[in-house]
Amino acid sequence: MREYWHSVVLEKDYCNGCTHCLDRCPTQAIRIIDGKARIIQDRCIDCGECLRVCPYHAKGALVSSIDTLNNYKYTVALPSISFYGQFSEEYDTNKVYNALLKLGFDEVYDTAHAAEILAVYEKAMVEKEHYNKPLISTYCPVITRLIQIKYPALIDHIIKLEAPMEIAARHVRKRLIQEGYTSDEIGIIYISPCPAKITSIKNPIGIDKSSIDEAVSTEEIYYKVMKIIDKVTDIKPIQCSTGKGIGWARVGGQSYAMEIDDYIAVDGIDEVIKVLESMEIGKLNSLDFFEGYACVNGCVGGPLNVENTFIGKNRVRKLTKKYGMDEPVTIDIELIPENMEWDTPIKPMPIFKLDTDFKRALEKMAKIEEYTQILPGINCGACGAPNCRVLAEDIVSGNAKLEDCVLLKNQPKG
Amino acid sequence: MNTYMKNESNVAMKLHYDISKDDFSRAGEASSKIKNMLRQLAIEANILRRIAIATYEAEINLVIHSLGGTIDVYIKPDCIEIYVEDVGPGIENIELAMTKGFSTATAVAREMGFGAGMGLPNMEKVSDEFIIESTIGVGTQIKMVVTY
Ligand SMILES: Nc1ncnc2c1ncn2[C@@H]1O[C@H](COP(=O)(O)OP(=O)(O)OP(=O)(O)O)[C@@H](O)[C@H]1O
Ligand SMILES: [Mg+2]
Repeated sequence: MREYWHSVVLEKDYCNGCTHCLDRCPTQAIRIIDGKARIIQDRCIDCGECLRVCPYHAKGALVSSIDTLNNYKYTVALPSISFYGQFSEEYDTNKVYNALLKLGFDEVYDTAHAAEILAVYEKAMVEKEHYNKPLISTYCPVITRLIQIKYPALIDHIIKLEAPMEIAARHVRKRLIQEGYTSDEIGIIYISPCPAKITSIKNPIGIDKSSIDEAVSTEEIYYKVMKIIDKVTDIKPIQCSTGKGIGWARVGGQSYAMEIDDYIAVDGIDEVIKVLESMEIGKLNSLDFFEGYACVNGCVGGPLNVENTFIGKNRVRKLTKKYGMDEPVTIDIELIPENMEWDTPIKPMPIFKLDTDFKRALEKMAKIEEYTQILPGINCGACGAPNCRVLAEDIVSGNAKLEDCVLLKNQPKG
Repeated sequence: MNTYMKNESNVAMKLHYDISKDDFSRAGEASSKIKNMLRQLAIEANILRRIAIATYEAEINLVIHSLGGTIDVYIKPDCIEIYVEDVGPGIENIELAMTKGFSTATAVAREMGFGAGMGLPNMEKVSDEFIIESTIGVGTQIKMVVTY
């Protein structure tokens, strides 16, 4: 398996070895070893749940700082669609975008506009071709990764379309190269609401290389914008998306923009897992479309955003109205596969497999069962594994010892 | 015709689950555990999906139609065998029960999304071998084999 780059990282100095994150991790990727949490890279899907629950802020996202603008001759900001929901109503989105120019970006592209164009393409695609229903959106990269590692039978349901940020970046890069810039001179920088989007820039699914160069966090940019926004005077028109694109920041916005009727839009990683479990056994075959988000409330709930997710959600709702849900969408990116679709297959990443050899996997499974019987089964987490069964698995894979179980060790012998 | 009998030869591992009747809150738990265990073996995704469907439908039927029963999973080198047994009430007309859309599910069960009458037909569809036997007042036995 190729080396996997992750945005979610642990800042060891802050970690005091408490077990908050252990149990929250949906892929059981965290262990506490020698009093510090450790993330098993292969298992991490960058959902950011650990980041959110850590009371000591010991987990962070690997992200560039705005200083990175100095590394390029021409820089383009791609604010995430949920960026719309971060600023109170007194700050017009177009003014916010102009503030980004003042911060040093040479250009700002309204990512929501790429989303509304994508929705037009996606709608035509869903209507025209025969697919395994329900089709699964790739908008939240956490869900795509979750499917790769845990629900490989659902890979065929994934609609292999780019994210709006990627479509926007491709489009802008192409234009800049036509204008005479070399690829190295261009810095396309995504303002990200979550670590997962950052990971998909460094380590994309479905394409070989992202057209985006780097990501900065919404958090950093938000505070910088707030410092200067009142001084922004000369205002260029930048904001150009209708409500259809802006709505992608919240749950269901994508389906709405696609004008799909039979869909479910689900937020929160645990709820998404329940839905994928049902989908795997064919219980949701009558649906046309499934939109799932790791974060509660979708992208406005991203862990690198600043605004309370419910307030952000409400703002996005109001903004979709303000910019119009029935306004015509200007199609200024050609609706062809090379602009919109993934071109490399999505591969399963079956990280839960005990062994690639069936017989050896079985032997390991038998041993895991044995250890599970011996262990107390109270899932206290004191050993550093999220539960007794995972400890048993770690023992069998040679990454833990039976003595790691605090309860067993303290039991009187005999 | 084949008759229901557990085939004890070549069993690499056995899983056993007791299923209580009417325990809706836990319905689906056993099949979910089975699925997660088999996921850890190097079993191909679509085979796993078929086994998941077979065990899920069997489990739900035990909860909503039977007086309680068991699911045994035999993991073998070339196949998975699933044995479902309950202690009644038995099925009067198996052919009818196997018909797509036939269901005697109660209003309560229907409210919870069960009762489309598709469970048994789907169990048969995903199995390479399917045997069902039932005696009124005694119970129902189902054997399903999914070959890799
Ligand atoms: N274990 C059982 N004991 C007694 N009767 C059963 C049992 N399993 C199934 N039946 C009978 O067979 C009928 C058809 O079963 P089947 O699983 O196909 O449909 P269902 O359970 O009614 O609905 P669905 O499975 O679609 O939710 C049931 O309604 C019930 O009358
Ligand atoms: Mg049924």
